[in-house]
Amino acid sequence: MTTTLDQLPIGNTARVAQISGDDGVSIRLMEMGLIDGVAVKVVGAAPFGGPREYLVRGFRLSLRSSEASRVAVAPL
Amino acid sequence: MSASLSPSATASAPLTVALIGNPNTGKSTLFSALSGIQTRIGNYPGCTVEKKIGRLQIGSRPIRLVDLPGTYSLSPRSPDEMVSVDVLLGRMPDVGRPDVIVCIVDASNLERNLYLFTQLRELGIPIVLALNMWDVAQRNGVNIDVAGLEKQLGVRVVTCEAQRKRGLEPLREAIVAAASTTAAPPPELLPEPVRREEQVLTDWLASQGKKEPHYLVERAILDVGGETELRFLAETPAGAREKLAEARKRLTDGGLRLAAVESLSRYRWIQSQLDGLVTHSETGRVSITDRIDAVVTHWFSGTLIFVGIMFTIFWTLFIFADGLMGNIEEGQGWVSDLVTSNMAPGTLRSLIVDGLINGVGSVIVFIPQIALLFLFIAILEDCGYLARAAYLIDRFMTKFGLSGRSFVPLMSSFACAIPGIMGARVIENRRDRFTTILIAPLMSCSARLPVYLLMTTAFVPAVYFLGGWLPLQALTLFVMYILGAVVAVPIAWLLKKTILTGETSPFVMELPEYKWPSPWIVVQRVISQAWRFLEEAGTLIFVTTILVWAAGYFPGDHTESHALAAQIEALEGEETPDKPRIEALKDQKNHIDSELLSNSLLGRTGKFIEPAVRPLGWDWRIGMAAVASFPAREVIIATMGTIFSLGGDVDEENESLRGALASATWPDGRPLFTVATAVSIMVFFALCAQCGATLMVIFRETGQWRWPVLTFSYMTALAYVAAWLSFVIVSKFT
Repeated sequence: MTTTLDQLPIGNTARVAQISGDDGVSIRLMEMGLIDGVAVKVVGAAPFGGPREYLVRGFRLSLRSSEASRVAVAPL
Repeated sequence: MSASLSPSATASAPLTVALIGNPNTGKSTLFSALSGIQTRIGNYPGCTVEKKIGRLQIGSRPIRLVDLPGTYSLSPRSPDEMVSVDVLLGRMPDVGRPDVIVCIVDASNLERNLYLFTQLRELGIPIVLALNMWDVAQRNGVNIDVAGLEKQLGVRVVTCEAQRKRGLEPLREAIVAAASTTAAPPPELLPEPVRREEQVLTDWLASQGKKEPHYLVERAILDVGGETELRFLAETPAGAREKLAEARKRLTDGGLRLAAVESLSRYRWIQSQLDGLVTHSETGRVSITDRIDAVVTHWFSGTLIFVGIMFTIFWTLFIFADGLMGNIEEGQGWVSDLVTSNMAPGTLRSLIVDGLINGVGSVIVFIPQIALLFLFIAILEDCGYLARAAYLIDRFMTKFGLSGRSFVPLMSSFACAIPGIMGARVIENRRDRFTTILIAPLMSCSARLPVYLLMTTAFVPAVYFLGGWLPLQALTLFVMYILGAVVAVPIAWLLKKTILTGETSPFVMELPEYKWPSPWIVVQRVISQAWRFLEEAGTLIFVTTILVWAAGYFPGDHTESHALAAQIEALEGEETPDKPRIEALKDQKNHIDSELLSNSLLGRTGKFIEPAVRPLGWDWRIGMAAVASFPAREVIIATMGTIFSLGGDVDEENESLRGALASATWPDGRPLFTVATAVSIMVFFALCAQCGATLMVIFRETGQWRWPVLTFSYMTALAYVAAWLSFVIVSKFT
């Protein structure tokens, strides 16, 4: 069962399945190391529906839901 | 150390060394640690990227160390990002092709940091890989086989702790040693079809008599819509567009996803290289950063801390800096008095006191706010909080169409737009940065306050609402204060829809590990910003001040005024001054000065534009005061004082100025100032770009004249229309 990163509950970890889109935003996400098979953990969320914080490849990355929704993830 | 140097390296030809790395790797710290204070800072031509070149000696070898902006990759999507590529390929005039690249990486996070390294490898320049923050990596349980890594990657690898100045000697040695070698051929890590298309395109270019660097050809194919593609199409012979499209089509038909192929190949290669060389021992303990973040980015405590920090910054810029500015103004007054008491009244004295001293004063008066804001920004950025602040406030800033990065610059602009605009350097995205710069002058700065205070206390009726809890005057003041910020929302939206179009900015931001800010970096940043302001914007502000003085002074015969001034000063110097006589003489002088001002270039301009300001409820005197305030809005109080015959030494608290304004009339005897006129003046001042210094700083920060021109035009038009509307509306209700 796959979902997107913005839907993953806080505290959960999943693997990146695919990143949709071919524009600069998607390329930037992939350059930061969000590529197929990488584990991502949801660390926390900013107040009032702001960006969320993810742990990927050992560093903390903040993404808005509009960006995180491009990342399809599958459970570990 | 000379033991490790080869004979050729001791030659004295200067080496050009480029320093590059991901953000948050300690690059600036390493740069300062290596180059000390011998740094030249400027801008690359035609763009906003800071050009920072340090000079140092390694052994007897002089080195030019070029600091490149922090970046995660070398795939430029804007002219600003292209700068690094141009410098590294030796295409940037007066920098020269680098002999060595120092790639600084965060040792705790090799995987992502090496992505940039794999791209650098393709440039054919010897690389030294500096594993920085080695101590933190060890603490985090990251073990790296350095010798193994050096062998595997085929470049020199050194470990260092830039903040503690450890490991710098081996790094220096490695730089000089690398300079005398040639770069190892890069690993062929992109899939074969991509490399084949690169060759096809290179061959075609050669057949057209054009030689492009290999790396640019690769980028042109891979970066769809990127900066390299634009340049490639603009600079190469006709037919390039078709050739590029054909190459991409063949790749896509072959089953490659163009957007993903590069990152997949590079990360796969990195993983294969690091396998067995980097091991993570599970320390099992929660890191310090995680523990701090549990509080600092928590939705409740984090928001409280955010508000606390921002309030402190605002308070310091507004109250504390204001005190320092008061001291500067006092000093200026003291110098003016000194000149006044030692010189006879005359044109030269007026030039020195009202032109020169005033000009210098109006430049240095901005220094406290610039220095204090950069003190905060440098501390917050260096310790890792600035990214958290942007993370917490991002949701709110998206309502402006901006990101969390714009918050601190815009908030600071409420104290003064100049440090705010300079602070916009923390915004990586070009569109967001320019939008922030263009709307920053709309925020109500402290120089507008005197105008609001004068107008509300003199003309807004002392009415109270809500059983006495809400005075109308305070409400008016509040509305004026937020007016600019409210108007900024649609302006920002409009700017992004029309002039600053392009890709939406991703908010892909790293939240770095917390660390103690390095005092050296902080102090350097404060000094360099203050210095750059003085050096580049200062001259222009100074010249403008003198021009305005001249416009208000010439043409006109000041003999009588000077004679009166001499008489007054002589009387004041007596042991028992004849006060009534002094007052009478002062009145006489004020009337002459008022007459002179009204006949000066400035006064004539006021009369000339009167038809234009009539709809706002203004006469030529208000119009002239507004025109005189374009270089610096706070001038309006003094100009009004002179033109309404009170002399120039008045402030907004002055009872007689309020009285004089209240009794001023139109030629037909109607009172000049009504509530509607007062509101229209305030609205005009709230929205107009009446600050030469701000426009100079916008020019300096954007590198092009069209941005200050645009800011000035849109704000003046906006101010005029809004002042007219508010005059019409308020007139209806009063």
